[in-house]
Amino acid sequence: MKIHEKIIETILFICAAIATLSVLLITVFIFKEGLPVLKSYGVFNFIFGKTWSPTNEQFGALPMIMGSISVTLGALVIGVPMGIACAIFLAEIAPKSVVKIFKPAVELLAGIPSVVYGFFGLAVVVPIIRTNILPIIQKFNPDANTSGYSILGGAIILAVMILPTIVNISENAIKAVPFEYKQGSLALGASHFETITKVIIPAAKSGIITSIVLGMGRAVGETMAVILITGNMPKVPGSVLDSVATLTGTIAMEMGYAGPMHQRALFATGIILFVFIMMLNIIASTTLKRVGRG
Amino acid sequence: MVNNTKIKVRNLNLFYGEHQALIDVNMDIMKNKVTALIGPSGCGKSTFLRTLNRMNDLIDGVKIKGDVLLDDVDIYGNESDLINLRKNVGMVFQKPNPFPKTIYENVAYGPKIHGIKKKSELDEIVEKSLKGAALWDEVKDRLDKPALGLSGGQQQRLCIARCLAVEPDVILMDEPTSALDPISTVKVENLLDELKAKYTIVIVTHNMQQAGRVSDYTSFFLNGKIIETDLTENIFSNPRDKRTEDYITGRFS
Repeated sequence: MKIHEKIIETILFICAAIATLSVLLITVFIFKEGLPVLKSYGVFNFIFGKTWSPTNEQFGALPMIMGSISVTLGALVIGVPMGIACAIFLAEIAPKSVVKIFKPAVELLAGIPSVVYGFFGLAVVVPIIRTNILPIIQKFNPDANTSGYSILGGAIILAVMILPTIVNISENAIKAVPFEYKQGSLALGASHFETITKVIIPAAKSGIITSIVLGMGRAVGETMAVILITGNMPKVPGSVLDSVATLTGTIAMEMGYAGPMHQRALFATGIILFVFIMMLNIIASTTLKRVGRG
Repeated sequence: MVNNTKIKVRNLNLFYGEHQALIDVNMDIMKNKVTALIGPSGCGKSTFLRTLNRMNDLIDGVKIKGDVLLDDVDIYGNESDLINLRKNVGMVFQKPNPFPKTIYENVAYGPKIHGIKKKSELDEIVEKSLKGAALWDEVKDRLDKPALGLSGGQQQRLCIARCLAVEPDVILMDEPTSALDPISTVKVENLLDELKAKYTIVIVTHNMQQAGRVSDYTSFFLNGKIIETDLTENIFSNPRDKRTEDYITGRFS
């Protein structure tokens, strides 16, 4: 019996160790491969350099950094209000019969492979931007032009992709608000809507913030869909109709044919991505702590 | 006597789906008196209390027949306004349920909802309500602290203050002291005595001594029916019905 338990404990320990070790190994590997370039090229030059031209050994990653930031921000601007609204609807307003249809549908969104999102964006969203949205914008700015492969297209598709994350976690947070709060508010003569906006959402805000941060993580890290939609032009964007390349997309597309120096530069891009996501996590956990106290 | 009736309940029947929880309930609730509702668990006294401010509306599948007249207006009539009803008929729950906001925000919540925006006016209401709930001296220096940091008894008095802040006529209390320690219970009970000068109070309680101490009238509920309603002293010293006597003397199973 004793030996039996010991063996199980050891197996559990090994499994836990493998997970932790993987993180460590990946981190070490990325930094080992990428740091030399950052050192020789200069961190400042790498991060703020505007020209990404691997064949000329010019590795300015600013276009990709701006590309990732702009597509992610765009996705949040579209996806967060929509996701939270959807969560409120599902948790508080919709009758049970409606929830039974809507909720599995939203969950199904999470199961669609990202390349399918990319293809959908390529076949539907990109042409719509080119033929329907561009003329509207040209009325205000005659110089505007776009191929359709753009920040806007990427943001729209990413917004849909992060919806399940935001909707599910926010909905759970809203449902976890004690019924007593709702009851207390209604008993004071508040309407259902006032109760939602003034009591339920404030009480659920830490969960809602978590959902946004996780959605943001997904948007930053998404690769395949973004490659197909954003046009992959390593250029600092001037408008939402411009094509951009993202950090992830560039790594995925160029790694296959990259020479040694170029490859290291791509690893350095990976470091930036890594630091980016770490910062997101730190921001998330500190805001959570602050919110939790209030 | 007739003019002193605040709430009239006539032939009230309530169903949870198939199950009938209240059967032909008739009752007059007197103005500026404390009316206690007693009876064994599941007898319908809390359900009855919740019909008086329509909190049962929140539960799916509830059907109500009969009349509840507040100041001679049917609260279930079509024209009756739910928000105004709940403003006039406040409620304090069994488990203290302050919002996860500051003490000040908890009390100011109701008045703000009902359109009061001026800070000075809100300050005044908050102070008056907390004084009314005998909590002011304990919290006046920490109004901006989270309400959830208060003790259970303080939280319950905060909930009473929150209720007073919207200036109701009637206060419904659903076993307000069952989650409190004896000292907090005494504080809340003493408070009831002061409050009835201005408010009509209906209190559900499991605690027979409490009903005897705080109420002017007592109704005994059993299996969804009112067995008898009378002055509290009559119910406890000289009940008309055998079942009431069995219950209050503890010979009831």
